[in-house]
Amino acid sequence: MIEKKNRKGAYTALLAAALVLLAVIVLENVSTFLPKEMVPGVLRPTSQLFSVLKKGAVYSLAAVSMNLLNGFTGLFSLGQAGFMLLGAYTYAIFTVPAAGKDAVYYLFGGSAIKFSFQDIFGALFGTGGAGGAVSLVLGVLTAIILAGCVAALAACLIGLPVLRLKGDYLAIATLGFAEIIRAVFQWQALGPITNGANMIQGFPTFSSFNITGADGKVAFRLSTFVPFLVAIVCITVIVMLINSSYGRAFKAIREDEIAAEAMGINLARHKLLSFCISAFFAGVSGALFAMFVNNAQAKVYTTTMTYEILLIVVIGGIGSISGSIIATFLYVACSEWWLRFLDETMTIGTFQVPFLRAGFRMVVFSIVIMIVVLFFRRGIMGDKELPDLWKKRPRKAGKEGAQ
Amino acid sequence: MLRIDNLKVSYGGIEAVKGITFQVPERQIVTLIGANGAGKSTTLRTVAGLVKPASGRIHLQGEDITALSPDQIVSKGITLVPEGRRVFPDLTVLENLKIGAYLRSDDLSEDLKWVYDLFPRLKERSWQAAGTLSGGEQQMLAVGRALMSRPKIIMMDEPSLGLAPLVVKGIFEIIREINRQGVTVLLIEQNANMALHTADLGYVLETGKITLTGPGRELLANEAVKKAYLGS
Repeated sequence: MIEKKNRKGAYTALLAAALVLLAVIVLENVSTFLPKEMVPGVLRPTSQLFSVLKKGAVYSLAAVSMNLLNGFTGLFSLGQAGFMLLGAYTYAIFTVPAAGKDAVYYLFGGSAIKFSFQDIFGALFGTGGAGGAVSLVLGVLTAIILAGCVAALAACLIGLPVLRLKGDYLAIATLGFAEIIRAVFQWQALGPITNGANMIQGFPTFSSFNITGADGKVAFRLSTFVPFLVAIVCITVIVMLINSSYGRAFKAIREDEIAAEAMGINLARHKLLSFCISAFFAGVSGALFAMFVNNAQAKVYTTTMTYEILLIVVIGGIGSISGSIIATFLYVACSEWWLRFLDETMTIGTFQVPFLRAGFRMVVFSIVIMIVVLFFRRGIMGDKELPDLWKKRPRKAGKEGAQ
Repeated sequence: MLRIDNLKVSYGGIEAVKGITFQVPERQIVTLIGANGAGKSTTLRTVAGLVKPASGRIHLQGEDITALSPDQIVSKGITLVPEGRRVFPDLTVLENLKIGAYLRSDDLSEDLKWVYDLFPRLKERSWQAAGTLSGGEQQMLAVGRALMSRPKIIMMDEPSLGLAPLVVKGIFEIIREINRQGVTVLLIEQNANMALHTADLGYVLETGKITLTGPGRELLANEAVKKAYLGS
């Protein structure tokens, strides 16, 4: 009976994901198919809406991967930006086309890595038309997976010593790791690989997936669909993991390490597993972030970025996947779009509204965050998931049956 | 079935268990009684693999299990019901039970039914978060969770801790019932009266050493035990 219920839930979730993807495609293609004057401003390709959707998709994956570790396994780690950096650089290094490498690495006389994944697949499938599309997709996909693997490998290596620590000490150690990684990637000696302190650019981004017609104009937009697709696939994998017996073991470790160990859960192995899986998806989200901002630059992946993601996790509810996703889109929309007007001076008649100037947005934002932390301490969702809200509580049914 | 030979355990230089030897025969209820700090919990934690002994050997059915990790020991058939219940508070009763069977990959439905038959109260509350159960119900859950691993030996660390006398009586009835169904029980208790009434075999532990041995009823009549633990 339980299995049946789960299957029904899974179908509903799949349907919802498909609907979201469909909605994204329709939204971003309104402007390609309707005449220009009929398209409302918000749906134009340059609108903030699409920027928010793309960044939201990228950040929601980062937030969910952080939640897997901090919320479900109870390991307070602050290494997220470090793993994202590893993912972003891995992606960038292996996808800058060979032809473009000299321009990107001009300070170091070209790159040490002479190939890119699209070039390899391009040699197999051809570079023009459908073959080009196939090699682009395969190249990017390989690079994204490799990005996750590199981050997971790094997590495995530092996890062995670091996961012996608990609580605040683990947070400090992982924070230190992220800072060290950032410094290493800016090191001039690694220039031929990482381009030193300069950014790597010229690799395929989200807009590379837009289909252009013969006239050179965009015929069909997929630039928002791609991050959504990758994020949805990854989050689905994480959700399946959390609902498996591994997920139960992670939660058991979070709740009571000693009892979990007494039940036969190997603490070291499961902690390392959770750490590596979380890092894998952080690496993937790092690769997506590089695609979103069109470059990979170590100085972007600061502690501030980790805190930003931590904040999203806390606002959404520690231990709630849907909470993290909702919080991500709210946070990104607020910081990038809805609260933008606070940064511009506004005059009504001759009266100039006080306080409104560049930077005031962050002040208001901080106040909003303080309110959330003070009055909604468990976040938007607590540790509940979205379907729990309209699910009848089976406990009551059980009680009535017993009486 | 379980044989402990000259077991010594130290915590940071302080010897908590100073060379104890005892046996747990198959299908019996065996109890270790003793005051606070006698080394009872340490002994159980060492058998479960949570603490490594300084010296001595632990054998299960002739097989040396001293150096095994806790998860290997659980899969050999020894489960610990930890002191203070330690259920997973934010997980449901059902999830708690499933974690008890974490190392098993076969079908759980029969064992779930077994545990629910032993503790009908848990069935009523299977969707409730374990942290919202009463103390007695949490103890039932802790025992049920341990049983889900299908243990040969279930070790219980102070199951009566902090429970009302009537509830304690219920818990001990369950212990006897589990034992009747073929599970060997190793029990440690401060409630010596209750424990000795239930046990087939008892050991008295004093500051890390075993000072007295005998069938439960016999120890109950022993003057020294009476004076030290039964308060009469």
